[in-house]
Amino acid sequence: MQIKPILSAMRHHKAGVMLIALQIALTLAIVCNALFIIQQRLAHLSEPTGIDEANVFVISNQWANQSSEQQTDVQIQADMAALRRLPSVRDASPSDSYPLRGDGWDDYIMLTPEQTEKTTDADVYLGDEHLLDTLGVKLIAGRNFRADEVQRIGSRQNVASPVVIVTKALADRLYPDGSALGKSFYEMSKTPSTIIGIVDLLQNQSVGTWKSAYAYQSVIRPLRQDNSDGTFYIVRAKPGQLTAAMREVPKALYAQNRMRIIDPKDGELSFAEVRKQAYETDRGMAILMGIISVVLLAITAAGIIGLTSFWVGQRRRQIGVRRALGATRGDILSYFLTENLLISVGGVLVGIVLAIGINLWMVTQFEMARLSLIYVLIGVVVLLLLGQGAVLAPARRASNVPPVEATRSV
Amino acid sequence: MLGYYFQLGLRSLRRNPILTFLMVMAIGFGVAASMTTYAVFRAVSGNPLPNKSSRLFVPQIDNWGPQSRKTGGDLPESLSYTDAMALMQAHKAARQTAIYPVGFTLVPVDPSSQPFAVNGYAAYADFFTMFDVPFEYGGGWQSVDDANRSNVVVISGAMNQKIFAGANSVGREIQLDGRDYRVAGVLADWDPRPRFYDVNNGSGFGDAPDVFMPFTRAIDLHTETQGNNNCYGTTGQAPGWDGWLHSECVWISLWVELPDATAATRYQSYLQAYAADQQRAGRFHWAPTVRLSSLMQWLDREHVVPQETTVSLVVALGFLLVCLVNTIGLLLAKFMRRAAEIGVRRALGASRRQIYTQFLIEAAVVGVVGGLLGLLLTAFGVLGIGLVFEPEIARLAHLNFSLVGFTLLVSVAAAIVAAFYPTWRAARVQPAWQLKAN
Repeated sequence: MQIKPILSAMRHHKAGVMLIALQIALTLAIVCNALFIIQQRLAHLSEPTGIDEANVFVISNQWANQSSEQQTDVQIQADMAALRRLPSVRDASPSDSYPLRGDGWDDYIMLTPEQTEKTTDADVYLGDEHLLDTLGVKLIAGRNFRADEVQRIGSRQNVASPVVIVTKALADRLYPDGSALGKSFYEMSKTPSTIIGIVDLLQNQSVGTWKSAYAYQSVIRPLRQDNSDGTFYIVRAKPGQLTAAMREVPKALYAQNRMRIIDPKDGELSFAEVRKQAYETDRGMAILMGIISVVLLAITAAGIIGLTSFWVGQRRRQIGVRRALGATRGDILSYFLTENLLISVGGVLVGIVLAIGINLWMVTQFEMARLSLIYVLIGVVVLLLLGQGAVLAPARRASNVPPVEATRSV
Repeated sequence: MLGYYFQLGLRSLRRNPILTFLMVMAIGFGVAASMTTYAVFRAVSGNPLPNKSSRLFVPQIDNWGPQSRKTGGDLPESLSYTDAMALMQAHKAARQTAIYPVGFTLVPVDPSSQPFAVNGYAAYADFFTMFDVPFEYGGGWQSVDDANRSNVVVISGAMNQKIFAGANSVGREIQLDGRDYRVAGVLADWDPRPRFYDVNNGSGFGDAPDVFMPFTRAIDLHTETQGNNNCYGTTGQAPGWDGWLHSECVWISLWVELPDATAATRYQSYLQAYAADQQRAGRFHWAPTVRLSSLMQWLDREHVVPQETTVSLVVALGFLLVCLVNTIGLLLAKFMRRAAEIGVRRALGASRRQIYTQFLIEAAVVGVVGGLLGLLLTAFGVLGIGLVFEPEIARLAHLNFSLVGFTLLVSVAAAIVAAFYPTWRAARVQPAWQLKAN
């Protein structure tokens, strides 16, 4: 196949060639950025929390009566005892928050009491000796809290916890040599906290991008929060009994004491719902980018078909002449395929530059990562194949032009 | 003549139904994608108080020192109690209010119904005049109520409906957390989007507040903030409520109304002087850093428009651009195929201008049909927005009269812009050439 005649033929319809190339370039730029966004969002929403998500649910319990903190603490313990007695419940613990909640409690962590700059950040989980079993997180070193280590924390108290359990991510961040167990750190306080246990995985309460550097750094403190506002009850159902447990738990709580508020709308959430809410925007972005990419590719294919069909119609006589002079159908077919390939390659080259340019601009404007070149490569292959596929039908029609066309309408 | 061109256009479009279909689809989809994302963007990026936004300002004071920003970050986004009270007492602005989110429980008198949660804000009397808050009954409380730390509240219309069945409840009492409060006013429907005065806690698009009460009273009752509380460093904070009030933890929003640019400059220098005083007094160990942002600057600084919304709009506009390029190509093909016809018309005396008019009208017809398709798709898009955006943002987007008009306008404009180059080519057709060729 000779490229030179194709190139000189293109010179006769520069505008059409440029338009197809431009469309391919823009499509490539948008589609590979969209694919990259989809991949980023999907990767984000498939990060594990480290807990037994299938069986865990959360009650947001607000107090409706004005009792003292001591009374509230007694009530919390009574509630816990009642919940743990339910046949469908495996375990339960009060806490200040739970993974993927959206916002929560984040503390600076220092290695020395004199430090003014933080060493790192960690999310703070409060709970009693049942919290680890309730969440279903795995203790990989040290021990759990003992019941006698669990203290109360009221409003605006700063209780330093002498013993804490941390995640492996935090332990490794503070003591990279793996010697964290038994060592201590300072958490917004002058009193040290000693690491008595390490759990392998427990994700943060917020999944915002600003926290991605600390996503799995969490500290668990043996505290029951008995301030007047309320608290979260985390409950783990026995396997397969989530629905039963979610039905029984609010009833059991109201039977304990009516003076509480469990919002009918979102006071009780299964972890599946928590996960769905936490990643709503990520999933939405992935869907939107997916739709846009598919429709965009379809429109570009349609555009190529439209313009090539026009060219075929315009050149029927020339095709007839070539056929009369001995060109085979295959020659005609490959002429149009090659022509499209040349235009596509031109468009794709511009598109690569555009794609990277758009990504660099988005990196400066939004919290976005650098485009990985593999997505550009995927985009290039997709568009070249799309071009060849789209041009196939008009090219086939061109190859069917009979040689006798050369003699018509002269 | 225009009517005739219109008919010619319709006939020509009918002659190549596939090409016409492709163009209409391209314009329809491009416009629908842009308009749907624009509907969301418009809903979240609007000015919540267009008549007043340029006179409302938010001061920020650096009470943590430059050390706190070493690893990134900005000035604290709220004020400590100490600074908020100092600015309130100085009374240097025409109007000013400190604000923080509060929550209570309301136990219905009827023992068979469950207690429910009530959310709202603690603020000063100026809040209602500053923000042009409309009332259904009564009004805001008076400054004297701030000073007397009175048990008064302003409740939302929805709350009034729930408790008093919508009757005029001014002067009646409601019980929050076991204490009685006199209702001073009932809000008319008022829920600015974004809720500009509280964008530093949450997204600014959450559920509307039910109740407002005097800030001074809320503090007396040790009412906890329902919003963010940020503390820096290990600097010893005394335990308990008073320890927290006097700490450097930040949790209060402060808004001031400054009638003109001179007042704003004056307030800025007052802030600077205040911070310098604190440095002299030994509270700040660093040079004063303060900032005064107007309402719109503040919304921008707080990233009220979610970045997903902007990214979606940008991508959708890129999509529209591809659709336009596509339409240009198809129109070019279509018009050039009729070179012979143009040649005949030109030879028979049609001017270039007439050719222009004829083809632009034909393109406009494509635009109108594409716009109708786009409108239909936009309607579906807005309905399906909940799939893609968070519910609290998705529910803000809706198809209204102005969006319908804008969609049609954009489609026709897009089609005509796309037609410029093909029409120009068509008008340049040399009659002699065409006549000779056939």
